[in-house]
Amino acid sequence: MASLREIKSRINSTKKTKQTTKAMQMVAASKQRRALAKAQAYQPYMEKIQEVVGSIATGDTDISHPMMESREVKKTGYVVITSDQGLAGGYNASLIRDLTKKLKERHKSTDEYTIIMVGKIGRDNARRLGLPVSEVVTELSDSPSFDEIKTITRKAIGMFENEEIDELYMWYNHFVSAIRQDVTENKLLPLTDLAEELGENASATPSYEYEPNEAVILEGLLPQYGESLIYGALLDAKAAEFGARMTAMSAASDNADSLVGELTLVYNRARQAAITQEINEIVSGANAAN
Amino acid sequence: MKTINVSVVTPDGSVYENDVQMISARTEVGEIGVLPGHIPLVTPLIIGTVRLKRDGGEDQISVSGGFMEVRPDKVTILAQSAERPEDIDVDRANESKSRAEERLRNDNDVDQKRAKASLKRAETRLQVAGK
Repeated sequence: MASLREIKSRINSTKKTKQTTKAMQMVAASKQRRALAKAQAYQPYMEKIQEVVGSIATGDTDISHPMMESREVKKTGYVVITSDQGLAGGYNASLIRDLTKKLKERHKSTDEYTIIMVGKIGRDNARRLGLPVSEVVTELSDSPSFDEIKTITRKAIGMFENEEIDELYMWYNHFVSAIRQDVTENKLLPLTDLAEELGENASATPSYEYEPNEAVILEGLLPQYGESLIYGALLDAKAAEFGARMTAMSAASDNADSLVGELTLVYNRARQAAITQEINEIVSGANAAN
Repeated sequence: MKTINVSVVTPDGSVYENDVQMISARTEVGEIGVLPGHIPLVTPLIIGTVRLKRDGGEDQISVSGGFMEVRPDKVTILAQSAERPEDIDVDRANESKSRAEERLRNDNDVDQKRAKASLKRAETRLQVAGK
């Protein structure tokens, strides 16, 4: 049996760990609230842009734009959103697992796709697995502003426009609730079924005059729409990240609690045994002296 | 006097919301003024100042990368970034202005277009901030 002192020090270190995990849990909870507020602040922008894009897409049938046309797929782009820090349960692991599985199914060689990676964990995993990564973004703030991610959104949309890639998917953890995140794959480009998708909302809007004309507006609007879809996913993923971390840390705190309980029991037993033994020794010593 | 409701919305949230008498903004084809009761219209805006005339004064907002949706009773300006004068970081704008100018002087720089846009944004911000 371990010595009393060893058990004591294990109890203490477990308590210390619990303090840390408890603190991280609380930090994650407050960050999650902020991330959710941010996602909410973003909603009006998204809704409005969808409404306008939808009303253009449904209003006139003979509009066309490179971003709305599907072409033969030679190379696929993936935007993958992971976190910078671990300690978030299966948040990154399940995303990477599902992604690599899908990539193997869909592509024969690594030449057929490229990844735009957000987050250090994703970057390190991609390096380990030998996935082709063309762009990495790390150290985004906890509630990223649109400015911060403009470079990657522009890069992703730009790669499609320059025909470096022919379709674009987005992988991220969708925030379902504070304790649940779902790995999600979204096809971002091309926007082939835009009219059907956005048509419902658009029917209620008045028919607009377009100044100077629809084509010019789509030219500016569609990239903006694509960028805002990526931004929306990022906000969603951030909220999910903090949710995952909160759950993981609360589980860790609970584990620490039960571990401390068990160790305390062992400690008390060992102490009791030591006392009993001591008494025995004294009594038998006294008996021998008589 | 009749008024029209204006809201300026960015991905980071709403920047401005008010009832105004007239909106004037700069589009690719020139300056546009919108009064209450305007026909429904959608138009892209260029980097510049949006001026909002209201009772007893005028508000200014610097806008970049956006477009304007007009309805008879409501105008929505969607922009990737928009700032009111009090929210503008003058030092940062000055900095990015000189950076852009520096880049424009380097002829071999491939990103002339981006530098020009960034210069324009900085100048607009400074102008709106009144510095």
